[in-house]
Amino acid sequence: MTMRFFVPRDAAARAVGADKVAAALEDEASRRGIEIQIVRTGSRGLFWLEPMVEVETPDGRIAFGPVKPGDASGLLTAGASHPLYLGRPEDIPFLKRQTRLTFARCGIVDPLSLADWRAYGGGRGLERARSLGPAATLEEVTKSGLRGRGGAGFPTGIKWKTVADTTADRKYVVCNADEGDSGTFADRMLLEGDPFALIEGMAIAGLAVGATRGFVYIRSEYPDAVRTFERAVLLAEADGLLGVAAGFDIEVRVGAGAYVCGEETALLESIEGKRGQVRAKPPLPAHKGLFGRPTVINNLVSLATVPWILAEGAEAYSAFGMGRSRGTMPIQLAGNVRHGGLFETAFGVTLGELVDGIGGGTRSGRPVRAVQVGGPLGAYFPRALFDTAFDYEAFAARDGLIGHGGVVVFDETVDMMRQARFALEFCAIESCGKCTPCRIGSTRGVETFDKIQRGERVAANLELIEDLCQTMKFGSLCALGGFTPYPVMSALRHFPEDFVRRATAVAAG
Amino acid sequence: MQWDEAEAREIVRRHEGREGRLLPILHGIQSSFGCIPDPAIAFLAQAMNVTRAELHGVVSFYHDFRDRPAGRHVLKICRAEACQSMDGEGLARRLLDRLGLEWGGTTQDGRVTVEPIYCLGLCASAPAAMLDGEPMARLDDGSIGEIVREVSR
Repeated sequence: MTMRFFVPRDAAARAVGADKVAAALEDEASRRGIEIQIVRTGSRGLFWLEPMVEVETPDGRIAFGPVKPGDASGLLTAGASHPLYLGRPEDIPFLKRQTRLTFARCGIVDPLSLADWRAYGGGRGLERARSLGPAATLEEVTKSGLRGRGGAGFPTGIKWKTVADTTADRKYVVCNADEGDSGTFADRMLLEGDPFALIEGMAIAGLAVGATRGFVYIRSEYPDAVRTFERAVLLAEADGLLGVAAGFDIEVRVGAGAYVCGEETALLESIEGKRGQVRAKPPLPAHKGLFGRPTVINNLVSLATVPWILAEGAEAYSAFGMGRSRGTMPIQLAGNVRHGGLFETAFGVTLGELVDGIGGGTRSGRPVRAVQVGGPLGAYFPRALFDTAFDYEAFAARDGLIGHGGVVVFDETVDMMRQARFALEFCAIESCGKCTPCRIGSTRGVETFDKIQRGERVAANLELIEDLCQTMKFGSLCALGGFTPYPVMSALRHFPEDFVRRATAVAAG
Repeated sequence: MQWDEAEAREIVRRHEGREGRLLPILHGIQSSFGCIPDPAIAFLAQAMNVTRAELHGVVSFYHDFRDRPAGRHVLKICRAEACQSMDGEGLARRLLDRLGLEWGGTTQDGRVTVEPIYCLGLCASAPAAMLDGEPMARLDDGSIGEIVREVSR
C-alpha cells in the first residue's frame, strides 16, 4: 500500500529545509522499494517544529518534527517511539488551544487541489451567497461583526455597503496582500496554504457589491506566495470558479518593495502604475478608488474569512470574541519566542497568556522584556501591561494597537532607545514623501536620537522627540507617519531607563 | 543581458490591454535586463506616451528597481524588528565583514550583492534572509559559512 506523507511547501518550512526533507524521503523510499506519495501542503504554523512531516495512518495523521533530511530513513518505519514523534497534530497544545476558522484548511490540504478544497468545505460560502443574493450576503457580513484585519479595524460590512450603494460602469474588489509588518505572516501562509479561500472570499465580495473584477496586490518579498497564488488563479479559471461564467475574475499584481503600498490608497496608486503615494481622503476608495471607480479594498485575512461566515452563518462567527471585536484573529507570535507561529483564536486572550503561556517565553531563554504588537507602527509593551486583552479597543485604551496581529518578542538584551530610533529610521526610509510631518519629521527624529546618543542636551532633545511625535501623530496623512509615534513614545514611556542610562553613561564617560 | 529594444517592445506588447500596466512592464524589463537601464526610460516614455520625468519618478520610487545590474547572486538580509530580536543585525554585520561589503554593495568580482530587506514573513524563524529568491531562516554563524560558499560558486 502507498504510504502518504505530508511535507509543507510554505516558505518558512522551505527556509529550514523542507524541500531537502521531501527529496530525501523520495530517495530513501525508492532505494528501499517502498511506494510513497508526498503531498506538499501549506504550513500548520508551528514554526519551531518545521519542517514538520505528517504521515497518514489508520488513526489519522501523525506528525514528526523538526525533521532533517537525515531523518528520512527512520520516518519510513517510524512509530510513537521515534524521537521526533509529536502525535496527532491536532493534539499538540499549540494547535489544540486554537479556534481555526479562517485557517481551518491551512497546513492540511494541498493548496493547489480544488478537490481538497471542496472536500474540506471550500465553496460552500459562495454557494450560499449566490442563493442569498447581494443584499442578504451583505447583511450576513455586517451582522458577523467582521472588522478589517489589516489593522484599521473598520467594519467590513459597512465598507461593502458603501460600495454596493454606488452606481458605476465598473467596480473593483482589491485584496491588500502587501503584508509588510515585521512579525506578520498570516497573509503569506494563506496565499501559500489555502489560496482558494481568498478567491472565494473575493468572489463573494464581488457578488455583494456588484463588482466583476478583482486585483490581488502581493508584495515582491513573497515570491513563493506569488507563484502559488498565480497558479491557483489559473486553476480556478479552468474550473469555472473564476471567469466569464462565474462573473468574476482576478488579476495578480506584484509590488516592488515599498512598505507604504500597504496603505490602501498608495496601493491603488501602485496598481495604476504610479508612485505609491498616499491619497488624501475623502474621496474614500469606496466612492472613488481604483481608476476612479468604487472599490472594495480589504486585507487578505478579512476576505479569506468571509467564506466561513457565509457558510456557517453570521451568528456562528460573532459568537466568538469580546466587546466590539467579534470572531477570531490569527495572531502571529514572532521574534525571540520559543513557540513561534500562527495562533488563531477568539479575541480576548491576554498578551501575557500569548507570550508566556502559548509562546513559552523567549527562544534565548532570557526573560521577556518588551513585546511589540501590531508591526513597526505598533507600541512596545512591557510586562506590566501583559494583562491587556487582545482586542481592538483594549489595546487602543493603552496607547497601542493590534494592527495585523503580529507579536514580536524581545528579551532583556534589547536596547529600547535603539528600537525607538529604528522606528523613525524605518519611517524615513519608507515615507512616500507626500506629507511633511512624515517625510521631514522622521529624519529629524533620527538626528535627534543621535544627539541623545552622544549625550547632547538630553532632556531638551527628549522633549523635542515628544513634540515631534505629536506633530507626526496629528499632522500626517496616513498611518505611516501617524503611527510611527506609537513605538517611539511607548519605548520612552515604558522603558525610560534606556534613554536616561545612556545620558548618564555619556556624562560619566 | 544587453539593452535590446525588440525585446523591450515584446515585453510591452505582452501587457497590452492590461489596466495600469506600468509595474508589470517594469518587472518584466528588470527580469530581462537585470535593471531598468537608461535607454528603457526613453523607450517606455515613448511607448506608453508619458514623460520621461514621470517614468523616472515611478522607477525611483520603488526599492526593487535598480539602475544597474546586481551581482550574480543577490542576498537580501532582513533588518526588521523580528529579526533584530534574534540579533539579525549582528549576524548581518559578520556576514558583510566576511564578504568585505557594506549594505547595498557588490563584491569586486561581481559575485554577490547584499541588500537590506524589511521583512520576508519568516518572523517566527528569525533571523531570515533570501538568496536568489530562495528563503532561508533560523540563520546562525554556521549559515554564514554556507552562504559564503554558495555565493562563491
